[in-house]
Amino acid sequence: MDLHFHDARATPVEQAAVDALLGPPVTGWAGGERNATDRHGSTGGADRARAQRPHLLPALHAVNDRVGWISPGALNYVCQRLSVPPAEAYGVMTFYALFSPTPRPPRVVHVCTDLACLAAGASAIERELTDTIGPAGAPTADGTATWHRSPCLGVCERAPAALVIEAGSAPRAATVCPASPETVAAAVRGEPPAPEVRSIAAIPQAVRGDRDSLVLLRRVGVVDPASLDDYRSHGGYEALRRAIALGATGVIREVTDSRLLGRGGAAFPAGRKWEAVARNPVRPHWLVCNADESEPGTFKDRVLLEGDPFAVIEAMTIAGYATGCHTGYIYLRGEYPRARQRLEGAVAEARQRGFLGDDVMGMGFRFDVELFRGAGAYICGEETAIFNSIEGLRGEPRNKPPFPVDEGLFGQPTLVNNVETLVNVLPIVLGGGPAYATIGTDGSTGTKLFCLSGRVASPGVYEVPFGITLRELLDMAGGVADGGVLRAVLLGGAAGGFVTPDGLDVPLTFEGARAAATTLGSGVVLVLDDTVDLVEFVLRIAEFFRDESCGQCVPCRVGTVRQEEALRRLANLGADAGRRGGDDIAILADVAQVMRDASICGLGHTAANAVESAIERLGVFS
Amino acid sequence: MSSTPVALRAPVRKVELTVDGETVKVPEGSTILDACRREGHEIPTLCFGPTITPKNACRVCMVEVEGARVLVPSCSRTVEPGMVVHTASDRVKHSRRMVLELLGSSVDLSTTANVERWNHEYRADPGRFGRPSFSDAGVRDAAQAGHHHLPPAGDHAIAETVHQPATVDNDLYVRDYAKCILCYQCVDACGEQWQNTFAIGVAGRGFDARISTEFALGLPDSACVYCGNCIAVCPTGALMPSIEFDMRLAGTWDASRQTATDTICPYCGVGCNLTLHVQDNTIVKVTSPADHDITSGNLCIKGRFGFGHVQPRPAP
Repeated sequence: MDLHFHDARATPVEQAAVDALLGPPVTGWAGGERNATDRHGSTGGADRARAQRPHLLPALHAVNDRVGWISPGALNYVCQRLSVPPAEAYGVMTFYALFSPTPRPPRVVHVCTDLACLAAGASAIERELTDTIGPAGAPTADGTATWHRSPCLGVCERAPAALVIEAGSAPRAATVCPASPETVAAAVRGEPPAPEVRSIAAIPQAVRGDRDSLVLLRRVGVVDPASLDDYRSHGGYEALRRAIALGATGVIREVTDSRLLGRGGAAFPAGRKWEAVARNPVRPHWLVCNADESEPGTFKDRVLLEGDPFAVIEAMTIAGYATGCHTGYIYLRGEYPRARQRLEGAVAEARQRGFLGDDVMGMGFRFDVELFRGAGAYICGEETAIFNSIEGLRGEPRNKPPFPVDEGLFGQPTLVNNVETLVNVLPIVLGGGPAYATIGTDGSTGTKLFCLSGRVASPGVYEVPFGITLRELLDMAGGVADGGVLRAVLLGGAAGGFVTPDGLDVPLTFEGARAAATTLGSGVVLVLDDTVDLVEFVLRIAEFFRDESCGQCVPCRVGTVRQEEALRRLANLGADAGRRGGDDIAILADVAQVMRDASICGLGHTAANAVESAIERLGVFS
Repeated sequence: MSSTPVALRAPVRKVELTVDGETVKVPEGSTILDACRREGHEIPTLCFGPTITPKNACRVCMVEVEGARVLVPSCSRTVEPGMVVHTASDRVKHSRRMVLELLGSSVDLSTTANVERWNHEYRADPGRFGRPSFSDAGVRDAAQAGHHHLPPAGDHAIAETVHQPATVDNDLYVRDYAKCILCYQCVDACGEQWQNTFAIGVAGRGFDARISTEFALGLPDSACVYCGNCIAVCPTGALMPSIEFDMRLAGTWDASRQTATDTICPYCGVGCNLTLHVQDNTIVKVTSPADHDITSGNLCIKGRFGFGHVQPRPAP
């Protein structure tokens, strides 16, 4: 492409960071030195540019990891290497919260101020940092660090949490949790945080020795996540063998018979998706494992990815085999350093040992996994935004139809499933679909991972068969922490709704939640007691949606702003809200409806759910 | 010798659907909007333009299709046999009113066609959210994704807007992003749908999303070739030739006193159609008809801006 670049040049360090990813430039057309042949030909044109585009986000990561921000010169160089117009690349880079287009210190501490951390006292950390360092974004006196407020970091069982990301020749990222004003201040100073606790600590059932009830989590904390041999000695890759014995159509039949519903929040029948992709005559097919777990209060996929990464890879291999995909992407959110490290190790080992590659296990089929790192955007967990993000475009959701099974990643038929959904395939293939379907209820089969956090005695991931009630689940987790009084449970995350203490007998099934006019969403069970300021909590939800809206469609782009403004006015009225807040209550209802009816994607459709249920069920402003 | 008529192309199949209770037959591949307009139903549109693939971002053209959980954008959804469409249900009217209110409360729509009439028709009250905010130049360009900002000075009566000073960085056209509804048409016209120049893109996220060059560079430093094809597709007047912008500012722009004369561009052999907009015997703007089969409304810098030499010279 004939692109125009302004004068800024990349520094040698920035250039080396990009070259380490892409290899040295071969021509003057792609950012290298001009050579004699450059004048007589080009190196590809539009096709080459298109093929290179998915390297854009990794290349931006490379610069950001090395320098801590992305300078105009670095962006120019990335664009020259990949034939991407700089204006488009700027649009992509400014879409993600983890990239900075302006200089900033190499060490950035992201302090989670989201729901679970808010309930666990994150405000104290914020206040401390504001007092000692300055407002969010201000550099420390020595200029080596800064801090920012962050949406949910997905370690809610150890809330409050912070994430340190340090750029440099050996970039590092580490989670600080539970965080305190002291540990976060130490992280800001550059002291490495204490090592994270083992994955098993996130599973109270396993800690108590109650392993028999675990299906999806049965290996977490038992198996060495870095060892393929250990995985195999714990039953790993038996499911893939069984899948190959069943054949592709056999696997899909089992998944269909299992009546497995998607666990990402939309509860779509997995078998129907698989069959639609498998049958689609257009080739190639792509597989995407959605590990962009960002719904506030959700951390189940992280526990699976960290504790049993080979299971995710095996399940993806089965999905690829059954639906005719040769490549599966794992789209991992950028804020999961430990999961990333474990997955990188697992993918490399599986590849080296022939469990991924041109001839998987000597069975005559080709399948490989690419790990793709997100850069801080909740919306990229939307099933079509994830495609745009991988393709190197802004992570904006697409209009549906066409659906991913027809036109997904790179415009080809694509199977996109959540991590938990995929891992369910292992027991389905091993035990058969009909046997799996006997677990749970008729409408919701199998077991479900619930993420208990907030003011609960034993927070963590709980695996239970569908059908137990919310009350039973809370009892398993020891009830409200410190003997507090239950105020409400946020079920399903920021996109879900509140359940009051008199609604605890709701059966935890997709149909049960629907009947109670709420949703299981991604399995969030966030417990609030009388120590939590509900108005502040609801405001945080509204802030979250405003910050995470992609900005594409009017109802969500402006609606999330008007929703937050109205809530702030109501909060400002205090006890008078019920009497004088009528106009704003009406605004909230009007905005909620247009977001639900007319937004492009699920973010907009659900952005008012929790706010509405807080007003209607919890009476926060009455 | 008898002659047989020759079919020049395969006949287009017709699709039958119901719009507001009436049966309608339209060619396969039509959109719901096409079908509605054929039947004389007015559907408001803002981000829809005749020469750009619909982005369906504004959501003002939503209609209700029976069986669909949410409303559907009529500008891009193609008709299916047996579809039952409602263009004026309560949900549709509410959705239109709210889109008009949300946009009207955050964007300056004073030069957007039809908005006043639609506001009246749908009883939209864009003022209900509070006093409009105003940002200094460059503030919105610096907003970073995911970083939350609070209302200025905790003033809760303020409704955040995109209002900001117009960007004047060249002699030919002005970018007044206070009027931008983010329809993406200029980006698509500059990019692969027409010009393939890629000088502008959408930057930022959420309410901070904006049209921008890389690092918000001025147009003279960007890839812009001043074809002005972004101006041609802009539905709100956010992109405007400098002459029109200055005349509007001075209060001398008067569309009712203007004539439009079609001619052919004299510069090269392509033969683009030009429409000269003349006020007081002076050319004030040049456009090209959107339905012209060569230009589709597009021109180059010479055709769109190079008309000074035919203007009356100022008296010596």
